[in-house]
Amino acid sequence: MFSHFRTIWLTFLHMFRKRATIEYPEEKVPLHPRWRGRIVLTQDPDGGERCVACYLCAAACPVDCIALQATEDENGRRYPDFFRINFSRCIYCGFCEEACPTYAIQLIPDFEMAEYNRQNLVFEKEDLSIKSQGKYPGYNFYKVAGMDAGVKQKGHGENEEAPVDIHSLLP
Amino acid sequence: MNLLFYISSAIAIIATFMVITRYHPIHALLYLVASFLSVAMIFLSLGAPFIAALEVIIYAGAIMVLFIFVVMMLNLGDDTAKQEKQWLTAKVWLGPSVLVVILLGELIWLILKGNPSSVEISVVDARKVSAALYGKYVVAVEMIGFLLMAGIVGAAHIGKHHRKLTHRFLAEPQNGNGADAIQEIQKEPLETVN
Amino acid sequence: MTVMQHVWIVLGVLFVLLNIAAGLIWLERRMLALWQDRLGPNRAGPFGLFIVLADTLKLFFKEDWIPPFADKKIFVIAPAIVVASVLMTFVIIPFAPHIVVADLNVGILFFLAMSSLGVYSIVLGGWASNNKYSLLGALRGASQMISYEVFMGLSLMGVVMLTGSFNLGDIVAAQHKVWYVFTQPLGFVIFLIAGIAETHRLPFDIPEAESELVAGFHAEYSGMKFGMFFIGEYLGVTMISAMTVVLFFGGWSGPFLPPLLWFTIKTFAFIMLFILLRASLPRPRYDQLMEYGWKVLLPLVLINLMATGAIALWLRGSH
Repeated sequence: MFSHFRTIWLTFLHMFRKRATIEYPEEKVPLHPRWRGRIVLTQDPDGGERCVACYLCAAACPVDCIALQATEDENGRRYPDFFRINFSRCIYCGFCEEACPTYAIQLIPDFEMAEYNRQNLVFEKEDLSIKSQGKYPGYNFYKVAGMDAGVKQKGHGENEEAPVDIHSLLP
Repeated sequence: MNLLFYISSAIAIIATFMVITRYHPIHALLYLVASFLSVAMIFLSLGAPFIAALEVIIYAGAIMVLFIFVVMMLNLGDDTAKQEKQWLTAKVWLGPSVLVVILLGELIWLILKGNPSSVEISVVDARKVSAALYGKYVVAVEMIGFLLMAGIVGAAHIGKHHRKLTHRFLAEPQNGNGADAIQEIQKEPLETVN
Repeated sequence: MTVMQHVWIVLGVLFVLLNIAAGLIWLERRMLALWQDRLGPNRAGPFGLFIVLADTLKLFFKEDWIPPFADKKIFVIAPAIVVASVLMTFVIIPFAPHIVVADLNVGILFFLAMSSLGVYSIVLGGWASNNKYSLLGALRGASQMISYEVFMGLSLMGVVMLTGSFNLGDIVAAQHKVWYVFTQPLGFVIFLIAGIAETHRLPFDIPEAESELVAGFHAEYSGMKFGMFFIGEYLGVTMISAMTVVLFFGGWSGPFLPPLLWFTIKTFAFIMLFILLRASLPRPRYDQLMEYGWKVLLPLVLINLMATGAIALWLRGSH
């Protein structure tokens, strides 16, 4: 019986506590940097697009909301011809971000993407691309990896050793 | 007051008639409630507000709810309505109603013969009722108390929850009955095996 | 009192009550929010008061659906009974000196009679819905309300004994010096518990327990028929609060302020208590509720009755 009165009294005391409600449109919710929200395609430090159209994100997507078509420029550098994400299917799981080898596709802390028309939730490449390097500033895939794609010679990247001469017997 | 009396009496008679003729038990019970309410109204118009209130509280409020409760539990469907329809043939109701009509005729004759203004209305309030119950009729009240007590004891005995032995390992060995039960349970399968 | 005066009192009481019942929708949501560290509805209008209007409009424009498997007549009657029976009870409540609709000599009995008729709304509504959850809710509601009516009536008898009258005006007048809550503390507590059970409010809302019976007896109701049950519940809360004030807290009596204001203040204090109970206590199991009623409250109320009778007789003898 006493515990009941104690419960009632404690509930009554909650009257003087701080409110937990965030009055949303006026007051924004504090989101963490790694919060998984809207998906974006990021840029290199040089301003080129990071995406190499490897299809790994589309393969990793559990709801198949990513569609893209790979193509090549005159240097043999792959990039997506189109890149389409249907956000009415997306579940914001972040698997695409994990699968991406070039840090191109990233989930950013933004959830305010409600639309009246469902068709407006299909985002094309120009809607997805942002002029920013996202969560990995200074990272350039082709400057790191050992491949000549017109950006740098083989073995001239950061922390990159010279390519092994496979015709030599010397170690 | 006379008009009130006649209106509520008419409602009481109509409602009671509907109770008899309804096939669906719940509908019949609802008309019975209406009948009780109109009887309470008659008591009120005759100057007995205490009895009127008790009529509503006890009959309409408690007993009829229990009736409806039981009917709800029985889950009577359309079959019972059909059965009722079969039972309610002229052969069944003609005899009793003829007898009742004779009684009604006698009653009307009595009322018409005697002077109708002889019904004197004096308000009987709660104090008078309780004074009569605990003064003049105290023995009767006590007897009724005994009777109700017997009813309660009987109900408690019938509704007593016997502890069932769900499993022989769950029984307490100190309990005499439980121990016997264990032995019986243990004995039987052994015998069948042998 | 002239006829016109009477008509004005009736209309005034009806108007104020229906507004209070609607306003309680807002009040309850705001107060629950307050006790749960939230804000509650605060968007529509000042302090979110227009949520009442929005809610009413919503209920009016919803589809008024009668299920084809329901017993139509009884299905329609049931929500009317709950509002009618509660509104009838307000007839006898003295709001202030001379502001009472009907000064009945059997006031308390009339209150008990009306609250016992209120059971029908639950029983019939649940049965007529022809739905197993509704039926279970109706069965629970019937047994809960009939049981707790017994303790409610018996807990009031102490007050009746001390006053020597069933008239609520006399009861208020008899509390001129000492409120009955001081002379009848046990009766007050039991009356309050029975009142909560009688209005099937939380924590005793097992007839409509959402988590087990979806919505109990009014699971099949929609639109304004559901609204009637809704309003009936809030009217019931107001009614029990008003009765508690009249019977145990001196009704309209109080210093400085006008009597009507005192009555309103006291009544709203009890309405707040009802909401606080809803915010803090969990729902008991059905058998726990019945056991608590018959094995704890009944002996207590009988002891209270006997002690009150003995003391009243002793005091009368000593005079």
